[in-house]
Amino acid sequence: MTSVARRRWAAGALALLAIPALLPLVSAVAAWAVPATEVWAHQLRHVLPRVTVNTALLLVLVGTATALLGTALAWLVAAHEFPFRRVFAWALLLPLAVPAYVLAVVFAGALDYAGPLQVWLREAIHPGLRLPPIRSLGGAALVLTLSLYPYVYLLARVAFESAGSRPLEVAQSLGLDRGAALRRVLLPLARPAVAAGVALVCMETLADFGVVAALNVDTFTTAIYRAWYGMFSVTAALQMAALLGLAAILGVWVERRARGTRGYAGQRPGGELPRRPLRGREAAAAIAFAGGVLAVAFVLPTAQLVAWAWQHAATDLDSRYWAFAGRSVALAASGALVVVAAALVHGYALRGEPRAWVVGLGRVATAGYAIPGTVLAVGLFAPVAGLNNWLQYRLDATLGAGAPQLFLQGTLLAMLVAYLARFLAVGAGPVESGLERIHRHLDEAAALLGQRGIARLRRVHLPLLRGSLFAAAILVFVDLMKELPITLMTRPFGFETLAVRVFEMAAEGEWQRAALPAVLIVAVGMVPVVLLARRATHVA
Amino acid sequence: MNPSFRTRVVSTLAAVLATTALAPLAAAESLVVYSARNEQLIKPVFDAYTRETGVEVKFTTGDAAVLIERLAAEGRNSPADLLLTVDAGELWNAAQRGLLQPVKSATLARKVPAHLRDPEGRWYGLSMRARTIFYSPQRVDARTLSTYEALAQPAWKGRLCLRTSKKVYNQSLVAMMISRDGEAKTEQVVRGWVSNLATEVFANDTALLEAIAAGQCDVGIANTYYFGRILKERADFPVQPFWANQASGGVHVNISGAGVTRHSRRAAAATRFLEWLSGPAAQAHFAAVNMEFPVNPAAAVDPVVKSWGSFEPSLINVAEAGRLQPAAVRLMDRAGYR
Repeated sequence: MTSVARRRWAAGALALLAIPALLPLVSAVAAWAVPATEVWAHQLRHVLPRVTVNTALLLVLVGTATALLGTALAWLVAAHEFPFRRVFAWALLLPLAVPAYVLAVVFAGALDYAGPLQVWLREAIHPGLRLPPIRSLGGAALVLTLSLYPYVYLLARVAFESAGSRPLEVAQSLGLDRGAALRRVLLPLARPAVAAGVALVCMETLADFGVVAALNVDTFTTAIYRAWYGMFSVTAALQMAALLGLAAILGVWVERRARGTRGYAGQRPGGELPRRPLRGREAAAAIAFAGGVLAVAFVLPTAQLVAWAWQHAATDLDSRYWAFAGRSVALAASGALVVVAAALVHGYALRGEPRAWVVGLGRVATAGYAIPGTVLAVGLFAPVAGLNNWLQYRLDATLGAGAPQLFLQGTLLAMLVAYLARFLAVGAGPVESGLERIHRHLDEAAALLGQRGIARLRRVHLPLLRGSLFAAAILVFVDLMKELPITLMTRPFGFETLAVRVFEMAAEGEWQRAALPAVLIVAVGMVPVVLLARRATHVA
Repeated sequence: MNPSFRTRVVSTLAAVLATTALAPLAAAESLVVYSARNEQLIKPVFDAYTRETGVEVKFTTGDAAVLIERLAAEGRNSPADLLLTVDAGELWNAAQRGLLQPVKSATLARKVPAHLRDPEGRWYGLSMRARTIFYSPQRVDARTLSTYEALAQPAWKGRLCLRTSKKVYNQSLVAMMISRDGEAKTEQVVRGWVSNLATEVFANDTALLEAIAAGQCDVGIANTYYFGRILKERADFPVQPFWANQASGGVHVNISGAGVTRHSRRAAAATRFLEWLSGPAAQAHFAAVNMEFPVNPAAAVDPVVKSWGSFEPSLINVAEAGRLQPAAVRLMDRAGYR
């Protein structure tokens, strides 16, 4: 491809990919044309100061905690050898399979004043004993951290492992000990991956409604729902969502600028990152750390869910659940395929792109992840329904009374477009950071050998990107298994999934009955995590 | 990527995308319902109708606010014939936005009490939900209880539990208080509630009732069916309902109700369905499935519900809950009720 053709291709591809995210963003920005003065005056005075502080605090807490926890676990697993390491390598991803809102409900039930732990503490130890309240900002930060750290862990681990042995050897030959080599060489090399992970965490935290609602923290997102559901002002809700989307684009832009133009591409890895064997007390500490995180974030909550599910399995579990699970898997798998393919195109189009407006288009395409799901669903639904109505009008005009009824907005196609708008960021993060680690020289070498375009992608890049692609596929798949608002709004009639079942039960507070479909989401979501996690580890 | 893999990917994608975009709604004998009442609480009623009349009822569920946006976006091409919600405010909002059409029916007028339906006939209550005071009989003498407003008095300092003001049930309760007492007095009451709170507000009524049982607080406000559900599992649950405001306006009630959509192509059939829903068979089902109160006074209530005794409901039209809901939300924000 000539460079002019390439530039046209890149701009075209990014413009196309940005459309699904742009539609709701445009709806949101356009909402500013209609003033919702009364609502805004109230929001500015009584709501926004408080929720903005809460949201910022939550972002800082969750962002920092997931960065530390995810990177530490990744370093532990990637660069050390200890008993059960191979199990931990994939098991530490399992919290991804548990919907964050479900985790929040389990934590609230278990740790509140009336919950079993505090009742036991009061009865067995001292009647005045209290735990810090779980329904609080700290509680929400804890749940979100436990739920979201795997994003950072997975991407950082892939980065450490694909860095190979060479950087470490070089650092050590220059007299650095292992700790210093980590700090000064490997961590900086893993920075794009850690940043990509934390960016996903922050966007998800911005958009989160389930966790903060269950734990009673007022954030920007809850204020959006309050304006919409409570004050019937969908306009104000869309306006506030536009601000969230802009904040996300700005955040990614700032991180990119801070990273500057430094290159992160490694040379060909010399060999696998050598793992330092841990023995005795060190090994016990490693197991206790990784095992402790896994227990609190996954094993104990899942055990609680299973116990609840068991109580209702006799009455609720029937053959329909095969269909629910089947639809969930089919949707999540096809969605993951579409999103990862789009992320690959997105990554290539952005690779070495000098034009700021094209890069900006690329960032817009991923901003949907920071918009609360329901708002995004509505923002996307309106234009699709509008298109449907226009087509219907044309059809009626042409065919008269015999014209078939179109129903674009309730099809799987509409659903997949909406998934793309929301989850492109999840696929694009890993792919982009994977591409950054492939050195330009490799492209030139490939070109010298006559490998360009698709051939270069297939024979040179894909083998190097495999780890990142599998990582992206896992993340998108489990996210889609848990996805609710888009599925709820755009599903065809009678099309129920496991997540929809959770909604049905939870809508009237029947959380214990919601545990059954929730457990199945976890069980089904675990399968690709276990299968793909190993592949995501071994990068050519 | 080898060619066979590529072929597989492409064919899978094609299979996924090749879902027909044609509406599968041509059958004459079918109705489409957008329901904010969740599946397990409504499908049995739909199934009973299909068995009795042969009319198929298709439905999709979701939050009422989302379903309303959906109706608005679909406009005249919407497949929906009925909108069903679990809150009067949402129906008021849908009617306000012109998404529901007036229905004239002598049957509905007879079976649904006037305060539980839209004066213009755009929506009708199908079941009634009572939101009242709950207390711990061990720590509270029922004679000290009287009204929602009285819970703002200093005697309840540190003893009151409330659910979050984000829940529409509390928004409509406060809206109805505004309708009865005016905004200034209601704001004082809500401020009093907030200063009496024993702990942060709860995310759901069940957790609130559990907190009263566990001794975290002594009184609270909740919907009766949550209490009924707990009683079905634990008959000795140490919490009691108290019918609020019996001498001053009655217990706050809300509805689960429905209206015929503006662009329904089967408005007559949809109206017949609404009439059937207000009849004895459906009403008994509404009462049984979630321990709510039938709107039709002729229908029987659940035995557990019956054991709580009868009460005077508020007779203010529930449409007020919708009209005053934005004001109620702003009031609660001002009063620091989160």
